[in-house]
Amino acid sequence: MKISPPDFSKFPPVDQVGIAERAARFQTRSIKTDAKHSGLRTVLKMIDLTTLEGADTPNKVRQLCYKAGHLHDSIPNLPPTAAVCVYPPFVKVAREALGDSSPVKIAAVSTYFPSGQSTRKQKLEETRRAVGDGADEIDMVISRGKFLSGEYDFVFDEIAAVKEACGDARLKVILETGELATLDNVRRASDIAILAGADFIKTSTGKIASAATIPITLVMLLAIRDHFFKTGRMIGMKPAGGISKAKLALHYLVMVKETLGPEWLTNEWFRFGASSLANDVLMQIAKLEDGRYQAAPYFSKD
Amino acid sequence: MSRLEILKTYKIYIGGKFPRTESGRYYVPEGKGGKPLGNICQSSRKDFRNAVVAARSALGGWATRAAFNRSQILYRIGEMLEGRSAQFEAELQQQGSSASAATKEVQAAIDLCIYYAGWCDKYQQVFSSVNPVSSSHFNFSIYEPVGVVAAIAPEKSSVAGLLGTVLPTIAGGNSCVVLASESKPLCAVTLAEVLATSDLPGGVVNLLTGNREELLPWMIGHMDVNSFVASDLTDEQVANAKAASISNLKRIVISKNDPAKEESPYPILATQEVKTTWHPIESSIAGGGKY
Repeated sequence: MKISPPDFSKFPPVDQVGIAERAARFQTRSIKTDAKHSGLRTVLKMIDLTTLEGADTPNKVRQLCYKAGHLHDSIPNLPPTAAVCVYPPFVKVAREALGDSSPVKIAAVSTYFPSGQSTRKQKLEETRRAVGDGADEIDMVISRGKFLSGEYDFVFDEIAAVKEACGDARLKVILETGELATLDNVRRASDIAILAGADFIKTSTGKIASAATIPITLVMLLAIRDHFFKTGRMIGMKPAGGISKAKLALHYLVMVKETLGPEWLTNEWFRFGASSLANDVLMQIAKLEDGRYQAAPYFSKD
Repeated sequence: MSRLEILKTYKIYIGGKFPRTESGRYYVPEGKGGKPLGNICQSSRKDFRNAVVAARSALGGWATRAAFNRSQILYRIGEMLEGRSAQFEAELQQQGSSASAATKEVQAAIDLCIYYAGWCDKYQQVFSSVNPVSSSHFNFSIYEPVGVVAAIAPEKSSVAGLLGTVLPTIAGGNSCVVLASESKPLCAVTLAEVLATSDLPGGVVNLLTGNREELLPWMIGHMDVNSFVASDLTDEQVANAKAASISNLKRIVISKNDPAKEESPYPILATQEVKTTWHPIESSIAGGGKY
């Protein structure tokens, strides 16, 4: 089914000062004791435990899959993470390691992550193969070069085509906001992705210096909210890269709740793409349970 | 009309920066004749936690520095101290010392800097050893810094005691978080200003002011602190420290001597780990005529 592109001139501009002010307010909240405890567990459940390195090996992926279900066994009843996020060649390994009935989903980055510089044919092939190997979710990157040259139709069609190739797998669309330069562009890219069929929109690849920030995520959440008010369809959000501290993750949750509402506070609609966040959250939970400040060497790296 | 005096707010020193305490709490200790000394930060456990993070991240760079370079930097601390000795003497007098005692203490503090600067690149040669073993091995033991050290400076001495506590730990390549004397904190904060301008990388020494009773349980409980150093704790505090140290095998060092007066290499060794290495070696004599 071919969806026709929307009228791109109708996308709303973003009030940069207003966004910065609202974003700053989320970070003044102080979350303590019981609320903190339950917030931290919620954060764990929302993490896409990620390894996207040139140095990845099958055993590293197996280890990551194990960690996703056994975050820190000396603390009882910890939830598993939402998913593991790997490069497409490791989807099979991850599926073997997790089995078919694992609550942990497998997300594969696709469309020649992180640059996205490839032909559409190759991108679609890569996506189909990852889904065929057992990926539950596909994280695609948009063609930022085309977007910045104003070829919105191209970007829109590409997302729609990848969505089709995904079949039942859920599609997360990475905007790589660090390369989009302005909040207006972030909003426009979000709208394009949402209208082209994205199930999730995601900030960044984590491969460039400028990654997820509270203001950028807020702009994307507002795009999701506007779409929900218009159509009733929920879209998920995944900030990724640069969120490595539990306190910051809690502020993200506050923002999601106050922008979209509590329906979004599950791992079906909100995720963190992160590799080191899980350990910081675990250290905070251990501190709450045990009363002592914790040290990194006592928590498994992968 | 007389001029309204400004009571300085003394800030703490974490990671090379001078933040106020995150808790927003201050206390005003009294000096000579009941005169208020200044607004002093009453650091919280969170300030301590932040300081440990700063110390941990500074540790790698400091521990791997050439011993001679550490020596140069400690010497530089002494030089900077010498240049500001008048300020230190004035503050010591504000805190109740006599003029001659103040001069003596500042001189002792500067001498401690020079003394420990000298040891930086020498304790290894003097105390490392080649050990005789009963097999064909070259067996040697060398010293390595234990890691992040939490320390409590002696209560009765403001600057010399603080330096006598801090210098041996950093001379050996550790980074540290030190709690200054509660009743005599002025020189500690001024000392932080000296450290910040003497090539010492930020985070190697972190200086807090505040209440000892309040912070002690956090210092000895913190899992990312490798050693705890103090000299004038009560017996009960020492027992608690030893009990809490079991959690991460923290090394508890309670000095019996006054760090303000002690010139000795042994405080350096107190926060060192001994690493012993076995290296296969042939004996030229047992090898017969082949050599």
